[in-house]
Amino acid sequence: MVVGMDELLQEFLGETGEHLDTVDRELVRFEQEPNNREILRTIFRLVHTVKGTCGFIGLPRLEALTHAAESVIGQFRDGAMVTASAVTAILETIDRVKEIMSELADKGQEPPGSDEVLITELQALAEHARQELNQAQPVGGALDPVAAYLARHGAPAAEDGLDLVFRSAPAPERGPDGRLDTAPRHDAGADDATMRESRPSGPATLRVNVDTLEHLMTMVSELVLTRNQLLEISRRQEDAALKAPLQRLSLITAELQDGVMKTRMQPIGNAWSKLPRIVRDLSGELGKRIDLVTEGAETEIDRQILDLIKDPLTHMVRNCADHAIETPEERRAAGKPDHGTITLAAYHEGGSVTIAISDDGRGLDIARIRGKAIQQGLAQEAEIERMSDAQVSRFIFQPGFSTAEAVTAVSGRGVGMDVVKVNVDAIGGLIDIASTAGQGTTITIKIPLTLAIVSALIVATGEQRFAIPQIVVRELVRVKAGADHRVEQINGAPVLRLRGRLLPIIALAGLMGVTPKAAEDGFIVVTQIGERQFGILVDSVFHTEEIVVKPMSSKLRHIPIFSGNTILGDGAVVLIVDPNGVARQVGASVSTEMSERGDAVAGPSPTGERTTMLVFRAGPNGIKAVPLSLVTRLEEVEARDFQASGGRLLLNYRGRLMPIVPIGEVEIKTEGLQPLVIISEGDLTMGLAVDAIVDIVDEILDVELQAMLDQGVVGSAIIRGRATEILDLAHYLPKADPNWLRASRRDGSTAASRHVLMVEPSDFLREMLAPVLKASGLRVTQAASIDEARRLVPSSSWHSVLIDIDRDADAAFAFTAELRAGGNGEQLRLIGLTSFATFDLHIRAKQARFDEIVAKFDRRALLAELTEHKSGIRQAA
Amino acid sequence: MSGGNDNRLANEAAVGFGQSLDYVTITIGEQLLGLPIGRVHDVFIANRMTPVPLAPPEIVGLLNLRGRVVTAMCLNKRLGRPLSLNTDCNGNYELTAVGIERDGEAFALIVDAVGEVMRLDQSTFEPVPVHLDRNWAALAAGVHRLEDRLLVVLDVDAVLKIDLPLAA
Repeated sequence: MVVGMDELLQEFLGETGEHLDTVDRELVRFEQEPNNREILRTIFRLVHTVKGTCGFIGLPRLEALTHAAESVIGQFRDGAMVTASAVTAILETIDRVKEIMSELADKGQEPPGSDEVLITELQALAEHARQELNQAQPVGGALDPVAAYLARHGAPAAEDGLDLVFRSAPAPERGPDGRLDTAPRHDAGADDATMRESRPSGPATLRVNVDTLEHLMTMVSELVLTRNQLLEISRRQEDAALKAPLQRLSLITAELQDGVMKTRMQPIGNAWSKLPRIVRDLSGELGKRIDLVTEGAETEIDRQILDLIKDPLTHMVRNCADHAIETPEERRAAGKPDHGTITLAAYHEGGSVTIAISDDGRGLDIARIRGKAIQQGLAQEAEIERMSDAQVSRFIFQPGFSTAEAVTAVSGRGVGMDVVKVNVDAIGGLIDIASTAGQGTTITIKIPLTLAIVSALIVATGEQRFAIPQIVVRELVRVKAGADHRVEQINGAPVLRLRGRLLPIIALAGLMGVTPKAAEDGFIVVTQIGERQFGILVDSVFHTEEIVVKPMSSKLRHIPIFSGNTILGDGAVVLIVDPNGVARQVGASVSTEMSERGDAVAGPSPTGERTTMLVFRAGPNGIKAVPLSLVTRLEEVEARDFQASGGRLLLNYRGRLMPIVPIGEVEIKTEGLQPLVIISEGDLTMGLAVDAIVDIVDEILDVELQAMLDQGVVGSAIIRGRATEILDLAHYLPKADPNWLRASRRDGSTAASRHVLMVEPSDFLREMLAPVLKASGLRVTQAASIDEARRLVPSSSWHSVLIDIDRDADAAFAFTAELRAGGNGEQLRLIGLTSFATFDLHIRAKQARFDEIVAKFDRRALLAELTEHKSGIRQAA
Repeated sequence: MSGGNDNRLANEAAVGFGQSLDYVTITIGEQLLGLPIGRVHDVFIANRMTPVPLAPPEIVGLLNLRGRVVTAMCLNKRLGRPLSLNTDCNGNYELTAVGIERDGEAFALIVDAVGEVMRLDQSTFEPVPVHLDRNWAALAAGVHRLEDRLLVVLDVDAVLKIDLPLAA
């Protein structure tokens, strides 16, 4: 026997060989005494045992064969007629089983090949016997095998049509006794020769103690470390003699590492071998029909990880069956097939394995989760409204989120998904969910191939280096003050603009409890956990290195942001950053940020507004800003083109003379390029001279209003962490053309008498808009709230009312209804002001009988609405 | 050895360092301390330490001892004295460390200096004086009266047992 043959296999071969010999014998006996139930029972038991063993040690070919044979024998036991052809087929099967077993003994694995013909034959026989049994039922003969046998044995041979078919089939030839004459001929024939040749050196499996493998792994890890150290040394000193052998050492180490890793690998199918049974049982219990489809069961994964992932997988599949898949009735009603399908797929992707568990069930009830999230205080209502469905569905991973029945009863799944996430987190994996209502849910888990050695990015912050597992790193972005990518601040929280999205930034130094220095220069490690992205700001990035993960000291395991440590090539100990731990830190800070913002919205005197501002430098220490919507364009003009006239500076701009007004203490250049901010107002166009255009930012403005007006400044706000003055345009417009105020009044002669009530809670907006409106000859009264406006309504005969509908749309609409119902209500022009004019909002505003909705800061549209004779049209209507 | 003339003391002395009365002597400030020789794996100079942010104050960092990651604990800090590390951040410490093992984990006790190995007689052993500073009393197993000075015997397990915040 081949040395080192797997003990289990050897045992199986010996035992099964004996069993088969017995079956062989007994079958022949049975054929002669078809009514001897004792023999039949023995045969059935033996074949069943063989089948079970084959299934147990994973011999699919043998299992399939014995299974098919068993089902035929089972029919005999139930009283079906024993035909010679059936017995022949079974004997043939046993011969085939023996062939396969002899090969198995040599090579340690099942030979490739198909038994389809034989199995089909057996199945047909079993089916045939079953039909016979069914027909025989009414006669009652089925209960007595002897009677059944006799009843049918006398029947014409032609009835056994299938037998004829198989006899005429091209496959094996049979001798007069119906047994296969030339047993090894047909598909084992070719193999036979090779089989004999390879007999002495056939591969065999070897059982190795897990501890031995673990030890081997540790040694390889150390070897990798030493190799890295050597490489580090050779990087520093040019020694050609050292280079070549080192290269070889490096390669061999890598191969050895691969090899040892492989010994620890197991097909992931081992982790889900129990699932078909669980699903089958669950479908029975729940009265559902569920198919479990598995793909990529052969995908290999470190056994350590396999053990850890087994339970979460089982849990999730159970969830699918329990909650996601509907009952057949529900499915039919939804136009889906009765059978629900759960698909379990695994595949390699880069250095990791992705497992996807998908179902075609009802999908997550997003609305329900939203409600639940608000109820549990995970996020503010306004925040949740703005979240995408994908973001909302991720709430089910929140600790404790799913424990409430309300979600599970109605929605798809959710039981203990937080626990699953914790498990996946623990092995450095990532989990995400995607769900489409009515069509199903897919949960994706990305896990590393092994825990022992990971690829990591070595970064540094301050004097210290850290390793970030490569699996979570999406990209690296260099940030620098003044460059394309730079870190901006929202109320002290750093963010990065990345392809049109804001990426929250966490400074690694900050996590370490060190106050990060000005977050201006460095690298952003863009990290992805699920679909959530955030950036880790580090000072520098070195290279990627295969690191051997060593567990964290027991005295340090409580620190959430590290998952372990390692020794780098240069011998230094480096801490491994746990991206999930960092994500939790981000989560914490994000949620506090949310609630702060929520408070601002709900508070009585809100000041925060998201506004796009043009930021520019004017004067020696003046950073100023103006809402971008008020700016017509930005120009850089040759200073020599300016013309002085009547104490004013003019520029021939697009065929017209445009006044140039310096902002604050800006000195208009006499040569070189002068940056200008061009503002147009009615017929008047003016250029505001600034020192430099700095940026355009989208910020939540917290404007502190200037007590003294007429300084050219409305107030100041913190923009990107710097105090910035907000320009008062109304101050500069008359400077450009002293006649402007009068001119526009003349222009809007009918407007002169118009009295406008502006209801706008934002002080900043009121201060911004009121001067513009006043400049257009309108009389403006301001109200900070709807209540205040309500008090003001009777005090004048209003022409128009501007109402902010961002803050509280419902209250605004209610107020509109009041105004319409009041005296002169039908003649009032009611204009809604909003920051985001969605289509939906338009519809609602029309229903609330607003005349128009205007975007805040779209002052041109606003003036047009207020000064044109639209009210007349309305009156006529 | 005088052998069992004072069983009570012998038993107390046995706590934490078995039967050994051989000590590796170390100094913390002016005080001479002894570590049971059975617990000391090696003595080495640590010149490269990786500080661990957010770590307990006694843990001064991690160091690489022949390919093994060792958790370094400052004995000064552990005894309630100021940290003995220089705060210069160039990473080049010259720290005297005593390597200790516990539950399969390697630790290094950072001390001011390591002296000779002393074999002491049980007759000079005394229990910890009752009025000793609480930090010291908790870590000491007893005191040896030497001719010109006193040697405090440290309970290694107590030294390594520090209160940790609950894992997050």
